[in-house]
Order: sequence, then C-alpha cells, then structure tokens
Amino acid sequence: MSHLRVERPGLSTTVQDLGRRGLQRYGVPVSGALDPLALRLANALVGNAAGTGALEILALGPTLVVEAESVRVALVGSDAGLAIDGQPVPAGRSVTAPHGARITIGGFTDAASCILAVEGGFALEPCMGSLSTYARGGFGGFEGRALKAGDRLPLLKPAATAVPERKAEPIDYGQGPIRVVLGPQEDWFEPAAIERFFAEPYRVTAETDRMGMRLDGAKLDHARGFNIVSDGIADGHIQVPGTGQPIVLLADRQTVGGYPKIGAVIGADLPRLGRMRPGSEIRFARIAPAEAEAARRAQETAFAALVQRIGPVVVMPTTEQLLQANLIDGVVAA
Amino acid sequence: MSALKPRYLAAGDAALVIEYGEVIDPDLIQAVQRLDRRLSRARLTGVIETVPSFRSLMVHYDPLATTRAALIAAIEGLGDENEAAAVAPGRSWRLPCCYDAAFAPDLADVAAATGLAPEAVTQTHAANPFSVAVVGFLPGCPFMAELPPIFNLPRRTSPRTRVPAGSVAVAQKLSVIYPTESPGGWHLIGNCPVPLFDARWDTPALLAPADGVRFQPIDAAEHARILAAARAGEYDPRRECADGETI
Repeated sequence: MSHLRVERPGLSTTVQDLGRRGLQRYGVPVSGALDPLALRLANALVGNAAGTGALEILALGPTLVVEAESVRVALVGSDAGLAIDGQPVPAGRSVTAPHGARITIGGFTDAASCILAVEGGFALEPCMGSLSTYARGGFGGFEGRALKAGDRLPLLKPAATAVPERKAEPIDYGQGPIRVVLGPQEDWFEPAAIERFFAEPYRVTAETDRMGMRLDGAKLDHARGFNIVSDGIADGHIQVPGTGQPIVLLADRQTVGGYPKIGAVIGADLPRLGRMRPGSEIRFARIAPAEAEAARRAQETAFAALVQRIGPVVVMPTTEQLLQANLIDGVVAA
Repeated sequence: MSALKPRYLAAGDAALVIEYGEVIDPDLIQAVQRLDRRLSRARLTGVIETVPSFRSLMVHYDPLATTRAALIAAIEGLGDENEAAAVAPGRSWRLPCCYDAAFAPDLADVAAATGLAPEAVTQTHAANPFSVAVVGFLPGCPFMAELPPIFNLPRRTSPRTRVPAGSVAVAQKLSVIYPTESPGGWHLIGNCPVPLFDARWDTPALLAPADGVRFQPIDAAEHARILAAARAGEYDPRRECADGETI
C-alpha cells in the first residue's frame, strides 16, 4: 500500500470533504472543509471529483514523507509555503513529489486554513457516508482525529498519473462586509442591537475552532432573554449567548441549540469567513434571502468558470532564451 | 385537533425554519413531527434534510437547486391532508436505567425541588411514557418529553464540566440521556448502560424523533452486566431494547 507518512503533524491537520449530510436529525454534525471552495479547487487541480477527501490544514502545516512511487498534490487557500524537498511550489498548482520526498508546509498567516489535495484521494473508509473528521465525536477521516506524527495515510493511487501539471487562478472570495440574513430570532433582540451589529466592527477571538468563531465587539442586548427552546441550527448561524458577544457557527457546529440566533452568514460568504484568523476584523451587512441566493448562484457560476480555466503549467522562458530565439529582434524590426 | 398555522422564518440562504410556537408543548412537538413526515414523503426538489425540534422544523436545502420562495410554495401546496391517519407510529423502546445513588448525584436536589421523596422521583421517571422530541446536542442524544409539571426545573446553576456517559438527567419537564461524556447542566438521577450511538448502524442513533421510551429500573449488578456486554460488542440495543408495543 502507498502512504504519506506524517513526520510532523502541524497544528491541526484533518481529513475533510464537503461534509456529512442527512444525519443531523440524529445529532450528527455536518463537518466538512471550512473553505469548501479551496477543497473543490485543490481537487480539480489533481483531477479528483470536487468532494474528494483532502487534508485541511490550520495555521501550521505538516511534513509528509512520500511512501509511494510518486504522488501529485495541490495546495489551495493559502500561500503557505509548500515545498517538495525544500523546493518551493506556489499555491494553486499541482506538483508531483517522488518516492521518499518530503512535502512540507510551513506556518501561514494569510488565512486560517488551507487544503492539500492528493491525486486519487486517500484509501480511507467513509464513516456515515463521508471522510470528514469530526474530532469531538471521534469519528470520520483518519481514526476520527487530527493527524499525529507517525501516522501513515493510505493513498488510493500508487503513483501520479503521467499528465502535465496544472494551475489555476486565485479564487475570488469577494470583499466588503460579510453578508447576513436576519433570523430566525431577530425579534429576540433590541432594534438598537441589530443596528449595532451591522454598524460596528467585530474581532475574531482566539477561542475560535472548527465548531464556532467567537467574536468580540459591541454587545448585543437581548430584548427577551437569551434562553430559547432549542431549535435547529443552519450553516453560518450566529448565536448570541448571555454575554451579548456573537458566535458564528462553523463546519463542526451542533445540530440544535438554545441561544437566540440573530442571523446567518450567507453561503457565498462562508468560505471567506472560514478563512478568517483570530485577530481579523469583521463587518457585517444585512441582505435579503433572495439576494443571498442570487449571490450564491453568481459565485457558483464564477467558480465553475475558474475551474474551466485551469490549464497546464507553462514554464516561462528566461530572457536569455527569448533573445536566443531572436523574438525581441523580430518585434523591434516590426 | 385543528391544524396549527406555522411561521416561515429565515435561516440564511440554505435553510428555512417552519415554526409552530415558542414553548415546549406536546401539540407543537407532534405538529413538527407530522410536518417532518409529510416533507419526507414529498421528496421536494432541493431539500437536503430536515431536522425536527420541539417547536419547529429546520429544512436544509440546496440554494442552487431551489429557492426559498419555491420551497415555501411547495410546502404550502402539500396541504394538511388527513394527518392523523398518515402518521406512522414511532418505534417503542424500553431502556434499562440504574437509579442507584452512585449514578444519581442530583436526586436529592430534584426531590427537594419537586417536593417528592427520592424514591417517588425515580418511580415517576420510570413510569413516565416519554416521546423523543429532538435528537441532538451530541450525536444520538435524545431529548424526551415530558414529565409532570412539578418537574419543570431550571438547569443547575453551575454546569458540570464532565457528565459521565449514559447519565440520565432531567430539567424543564424533559429527560435526556448523555450518549458520551460531555459537559452538561442537567440534574443527574440515573444511568443507562445502553449504547445510543454507533456509526456502524444503518441509522447511527438508536432513538429517533417520535420514538416512545420507557425506563426499566435495574440494579447495579445488571447495569454492570449490560455495560460489560455492550463494551464487548455483545449487546445490541436495537434488539435488546425494542419494545413490542407500538405507542
């Protein structure tokens, strides 16, 4: 069997795909990549189906040793300093690492997470239909946990396919305030609190993990207390507990909850939100559900076009090579 | 019962809340579960999954396959039909529970708060026909309605950081079983040694919304026997705890 051996695990590296759907009624969280666009693009670069399980890396990357004939990988989501045996490789392109090579990814600060996809994917047994790791529950991915030194991740393909390396343009995550649809408990807040939520900046605190992003900023006053009869929670929902400080629920969110939810971050902005690190400043803007759906469709169209434009890596000729080819003369003569 | 008129509330651009009320009430729980089954049969375009809770149904949908407006129209188009006839009964379970002091650190507090003797608390709990209203908080964790009104207790002032797996607890007229060790603020009055969640099962949780549950008092020796058998993989609660009666 071909493997990637984990020499150093990084801060928190887990196997994630697009999540585990259909089991929330049994209390099973969705999980999945914090940045699903990065997952899909990284998979596209190595020729995988969009939802193939890949490594999600938080803050500091792992060192992996290739125990296979070769393996093709692609890093997307951060310029995290991918290197093969010390040779730097830019993000957003595929690269093949030979047998025995060390794949290293350093610390990074331009995003909270990035994705390393491997051609063919990992030979792991799906748990309840998904390869996503839910570490709190101890299931999914590789033994239900983040990687540890000495782990050997089984690869489905013993060697990289003999095709040219490919590269993609950067993902457009959008900009401006993070957009939020109000509800379902906006009437549990003072109108002034809702105004404040959209007017004031919030800061991502260090107590942020894959379950929730805790924010620090203007206190949101409840109009009717902060204990509701528990109800369902959706992707990006923003709970406001008694402290008045919002918590945006992320991939490993619980399925139901008992704090009022002022609103939900829209799907089109969730990948960008999932990239925000502790210390980042967030501003929120209100949007209607129909506009949010339109934004999501527009993002999907743009992303599909980005995948379509993936092309071979062209090695740029040097100036000397250009001169030897006498192209410059030709231009000048014309 | 006349049909309850729901409110359609927003939950981002990929989920919709259909809310029947704001309190815990058996009529609301049943309205949610009837709607859940209606939607499940209807297989509406774009619906990924539904999550019933005490007073509302969360409908998770794919905004690339449908829209909120189309979904609401389709749900309203389902009508109320003859719901009572259409509702299949939930499964019925008899779950062993040991109420010994070692598993019931809050029994005295619950007795004091309800004005019952400790034995009366556990007898009431064991005799009570519960209906699973929600599975959530932890994978496989059932919230069961409902105990008599004297059990309308608030949570503990200070939640425990570690509630043992299997703990049977009460608060707010409800009972819950913690499937795994977890933090928790409910009052612990017993322990159920039965596994409630296993990713290898066809449906990973033993209990589902609308299931009926009764607790069967057992002594510490029986509790230890079941726990050991469960850990050895020799106790399948899907067979051992299924109750022949329908609810």
